Amino acid sequence: MWSTLLPILGQATLETLYMVFASLAIGALVGLPLGVLLATSGRGELFEAPVFQKTIGPIVNATRSVPFIILAVAIIPFTRFVVGTSIGTSAAIVPLTVAAIPFIARIIEGAVREVDGGLIEAAHAMGARPMQVVTKVLLPEALPAIIHGLTLTAVTLVGYSAMVGAVGAGGLGDLGIRYGYQRFRPDVMAAVVVTLIVVVQAVQMLGDHLARKADKRNI
Amino acid sequence: MIRLTDLHKTYPARRGSPEHVALRGIDLDIAAGEIVGVIGRSGAGKSTLIRCINLLEMPTSGRVIVDGTDVTTLAKRDLPLFRRQLGMVFQHFNLLSSRTVYDNIALPLELAGASKAEIAAAIDPLLPLVGLEDKRDRYPAELSGGQKQRVGIARALSSNPKVVLCDEVTSALDPETTRQILALLRDINKRLGLTMVVITHEMAVVKQLCDRVAVMDGGVIVEQGAVDGIFANPQHPTTQSLLADEFLDFKPGVPSRAASPASTSIGQEG
Ligand SMILES: Nc1ncnc2c1ncn2[C@@H]1O[C@H](COP(=O)(O)OP(=O)(O)O)[C@@H](O)[C@H]1O
Ligand SMILES: [Mg+2]
Repeated sequence: MWSTLLPILGQATLETLYMVFASLAIGALVGLPLGVLLATSGRGELFEAPVFQKTIGPIVNATRSVPFIILAVAIIPFTRFVVGTSIGTSAAIVPLTVAAIPFIARIIEGAVREVDGGLIEAAHAMGARPMQVVTKVLLPEALPAIIHGLTLTAVTLVGYSAMVGAVGAGGLGDLGIRYGYQRFRPDVMAAVVVTLIVVVQAVQMLGDHLARKADKRNI
Repeated sequence: MIRLTDLHKTYPARRGSPEHVALRGIDLDIAAGEIVGVIGRSGAGKSTLIRCINLLEMPTSGRVIVDGTDVTTLAKRDLPLFRRQLGMVFQHFNLLSSRTVYDNIALPLELAGASKAEIAAAIDPLLPLVGLEDKRDRYPAELSGGQKQRVGIARALSSNPKVVLCDEVTSALDPETTRQILALLRDINKRLGLTMVVITHEMAVVKQLCDRVAVMDGGVIVEQGAVDGIFANPQHPTTQSLLADEFLDFKPGVPSRAASPASTSIGQEG
């Protein structure tokens, strides 16, 4: 029995990791600049843009307040437009990414806001241009907090990816629903649950390790 | 080197706080190579004044002439280039926790687009100058307050500025470390012929470091002159009370022990 279950479990785990890290990567690509802008577009700040802050802020909040499973279903037309289908692992990356972007943006915003204002002032005094303040000061100094935040995002995405499994996206969630629940295989369900716990633990440990390495404040 | 004429600064009203006039007509001349102290109590406008010199704060009116140029007329995109000619040292050091001593000192040069070789050539002689040869690859979290301020000073010097601005640079340090940092600044001024503007609320700092001093109160300079003269014969009540705070035997009008040229050390008062 395990000889047939193991390959299926391995395949599902890979699908889950693929969905999580693809949406994390694309989400960070968009969420990072968005978060930096949210943190620096206030009055008197680096990239002063009150209109941006007053419009994007609420949109980010609105996206974050929609429960993920509702969001995934609501944007099915958009998913179909982007991927050509709304079913399968690659299609699942669309709603996962859409959920990840505002999540990551708020995390980056918080991390950047935590950076001591004295450092920004020192950078200006040294003749830093606005983009240099971001790349040379804000992002390096916020890096430990950013890594912690991306770890939290990854863990959340593991959970979300299991939910999209319920609507046919593959991965561990899909395996749990189809075998564990519909075919009543408690052994499969148990294996899925254990694997999810192991994946989350591994992601958390990796993130903690990287954040500790990046943090030079307590040596 | 630096000339401030009729400088005014008003901070506009913000939610909850009314508009605030921080500078009301500052006139100050600073010659090349001299160390000028600006002393006053908290809120007098000292930091605003020094931040107007490198335009971290834009004056509401008046002129800031640095090395012959009225810098208040510079376009915003030219400010970074202008600021690279001035070094600044801060009370709370403002070092990047993510960078080593060496990389902190290198930052102004990196911002200016210097090559690795140029950066090394500039920093190698600076490390012994500030006494940090053996801390080169340490992070700020591994340093004492005095060592952090040495990094701050080296960083201010690395882009080879003509002027160094110091805002309360010893206020977070103990008396012994304060003496060492002030001696270092004096030494650097002599060796490199730098112009320095030193903000402080302590007369002892003025006495150990400065050639001339301007006393501020309520956004105006109430008295200025050579340090010896001001200590021997302070005219304004603000100056007198600042002296009386620190030098216990000071009495207005009577030349004090601390103010006499024969006085050797300020160590006991620190
Ligand atoms: N950014 C600011 N906005 C509004 N008021 C300010 C600001 N910076 C300083 N002030 C006010 O201006 C006055 C002078 O401040 P500052 O120049 O920092 O004084 P000092 O350095 O002598 O203590 C203070 O009353 C302070 O509250
Ligand atoms: Mg101040």
